[in-house]
Amino acid sequence: MNRWVQGLRELRGYPSAVGGLAIILFLVALSLYTVITIPYSEALDRWRGGDHWQMNPVNAGPVWADRLLGGNLPQTRVVESDNADVREAPFEGGKQVRIPLTFEYDNEGFPSELNLFLNQKGTQQEAFVRLTWHTPSGETIPLGGQRVSEEDRISISQNRALEGRLGMVPHVGLFAGGSDPADPRAERGDYRLTVDAMLFDPGAELEADLAVYGRVHGLAGTDYQRRNLMLALMWGTPVALAFGLLAAVGTTITTLVIAATGVWYRGWVDALIQRLTEVNMILPMLPILVMVGTLYSTSIWLMLGVVIALGIFSAGIKTYRAMLLPIREAPYIEAARAYGAGNARIILRYMIPRILPVLIPTFVTLIPTFVFLEASLAVLGLGDPELPTWGKVLNDAQEQSALYNGFYYWVVAPAVLLMLTGLGFAMFGFALDRVFNPRLRTQ
Amino acid sequence: MTAEEPLLQATNLHTWFELRQWGFLRVGSVRAVDGVDFELGRGESVAFVGESGCGKSSLARTLLGLHNPSHGDVIFEGQHLSELKGEARRQYLARVGYVQQDPFGALPPFMDVRRLLSEPLIIHGVKDRDERERRICQALQEVRLTQVDEILPKFPHMLSGGQQQRVVIARALLLEPAMLIADEPVSMLDASVRVEILNLLRRIQTERGLTLAFITHDLSTVRHYADRIFVMYAGRVVEQAPVEQLLDNPQHPYTRALLAAIADVDADNALDERDVPDGEPPSLLHPPEGCRFHPRCPQAMAGLCDRQDPPLFEPEAGHYSACWLQDPERD
Ligand SMILES: Nc1ncnc2c1ncn2[C@@H]1O[C@H](COP(=O)(O)OP(=O)(O)OP(=O)(O)O)[C@@H](O)[C@H]1O
Ligand code: SF4
Ligand SMILES: [Mg+2]
Repeated sequence: MNRWVQGLRELRGYPSAVGGLAIILFLVALSLYTVITIPYSEALDRWRGGDHWQMNPVNAGPVWADRLLGGNLPQTRVVESDNADVREAPFEGGKQVRIPLTFEYDNEGFPSELNLFLNQKGTQQEAFVRLTWHTPSGETIPLGGQRVSEEDRISISQNRALEGRLGMVPHVGLFAGGSDPADPRAERGDYRLTVDAMLFDPGAELEADLAVYGRVHGLAGTDYQRRNLMLALMWGTPVALAFGLLAAVGTTITTLVIAATGVWYRGWVDALIQRLTEVNMILPMLPILVMVGTLYSTSIWLMLGVVIALGIFSAGIKTYRAMLLPIREAPYIEAARAYGAGNARIILRYMIPRILPVLIPTFVTLIPTFVFLEASLAVLGLGDPELPTWGKVLNDAQEQSALYNGFYYWVVAPAVLLMLTGLGFAMFGFALDRVFNPRLRTQ
Repeated sequence: MTAEEPLLQATNLHTWFELRQWGFLRVGSVRAVDGVDFELGRGESVAFVGESGCGKSSLARTLLGLHNPSHGDVIFEGQHLSELKGEARRQYLARVGYVQQDPFGALPPFMDVRRLLSEPLIIHGVKDRDERERRICQALQEVRLTQVDEILPKFPHMLSGGQQQRVVIARALLLEPAMLIADEPVSMLDASVRVEILNLLRRIQTERGLTLAFITHDLSTVRHYADRIFVMYAGRVVEQAPVEQLLDNPQHPYTRALLAAIADVDADNALDERDVPDGEPPSLLHPPEGCRFHPRCPQAMAGLCDRQDPPLFEPEAGHYSACWLQDPERD
């Protein structure tokens, strides 16, 4: 074990080892944080989409990127009736409610969408609401009225009649002030949406939340289903690392044991292993995975199993065999046989440990190749149907023509994380190689 | 030693290595051990000598159960080695310790001394850690590695050659063997520690009453460490005798040549010539007809030596030689 400690100490002298290790530790820490703060079932549930994300904008970029470039695009804000100065006036069999939803707008550009969420409590009766928009310059724009049921959403942005009157989509037109419709500019100042409601039940209560959707959101932005990309980027980390590590461990260990078994028993066992390896080497991994994914299931665990199964008789066997052949004849193995060590013990305890240090660098650099493989499968549309992963984000981005639409962040963030993973493990692996291997060659 | 039952008996022992082409075509056999008979008594030290490639190591490995004999058998404490299976075979392996030539190679480089000495004990079912530690310490004391705490955590490459060989000997002693087989135990060590190690082996052998069979090229020191000598030639034992008789009164022409070669080397103090007699070592694939030494023998008798294989004659009590010259019925 001393040799390991000494080797690790020596690693500190390699900037690439330190850098690589820092990246790996960052990814591991991010994974742990993610798994602890967002439980697995919750992550799957959220990624399925739906109401959880209704307050998020669609296809918003990351905030920091906009601010870094000196921009001031709006973030989503929600104006709630709870904080508003609500007036009520009862009448025979019901009451009249006026909710003024006031907010200050001082961003560049326009919101991406306007929605009003209404929630009527204490009655089964439909209510009637009329909306009025007040701009900072004192203009008053009636937005029309409609019946609402218990829980309802009024999509102001979808109001075609209003769009016709304004000559622009509502979430632009309502903020454009008097500016030129061909080149609208947002008017800054205090806006107000007045909700006038007729509730046909004296005990009824009405809550109204106005969502003024922004154009930037959070650290990673959102996708076309309003999902926060951060969820997939974060959860993609443990998934990628686990897949890479398990696949690397699984293939390395099985390959090593099989190679050592062949070398130890020689004869037909070795010949059989060699032939199987040669057959397996010409079997293309990716098409087989695509076939399994298309015909059977794209579960990540199944893919992991197939990857390991295909990796068992991989080309690594040839390399390991070449390394193990001289070890087979080592006097210490003859000594072990002479004091009664059995075949399994010799293979597992005397042959494999001898080459393990040499394999560690290869093993470390093998991890990202499996991470990339998993991402490639996802990009090909064969990602796990449930799990949020980096590859899935890329796949969605591709399907929604993210780059064509200018949603660069949708592609860049998962790509950067993938490259970071590759870089971290590669840097660390190369440094390990330099530290561990020369010594072993001379030993 | 003849009174009681011998510890080990080799009867008509053959170890042939089949040479195959393309993994299956038999093209012949290397007759590394080719018909060897001897008995080793309890508590006796014997030396095997002979030039390189005559089958000494192959014989040792066969005795250790590392090669299966092609014919004949090894009988140890009355049991036939070829009939031992499973647990009984492992018990046999515990009764015979092995000391190899290359002490560094004989120790797994990735295990520290504690670990590598624990291995035989673990394999032989000593589950209690303290018990293992106790036996390891005892064995290390016995090979004079007294700084036990210092030695145990070290890896083989941190030890000197002499220390490595002491660890190898300690490992061979751990399982309380009745016999030690040492294959050139000092030939890869520094000259300064050779005598120490040989003395150590001799001391352990007498103290424990072990049977010690060691292979050596060094006939000059063999007198001090062996009771009997076996001279091997081309897979056969051609002469065997108590050490004094053999060295002072060699019978077989090959033994004489061997002793003369050593004397030459000593006289010239030359490093160029090996300690071997003149002529080509025989092919073990196609050994010569008749006496295997006849192509090199200065006393070869045409018509006899190249036709008939000499049996073992006993020119004096306990001194055997496979040479027609010792045939009492000759002329
Ligand atoms: N496992 C094996 N397979 C095939 N041939 C072998 C094997 N082991 C030994 N031999 C051959 O058997 C012959 C005897 O070898 P062995 O190692 O017994 O000689 P030796 O007397 O110990 O020689 P040395 O003094 O050089 O150690 C040699 O020709 C060798 O090539
Ligand atoms: S039998 Fe003949 S050839 Fe062989 S050693 Fe004796 S004399 Fe020489
Ligand atoms: Mg040898």
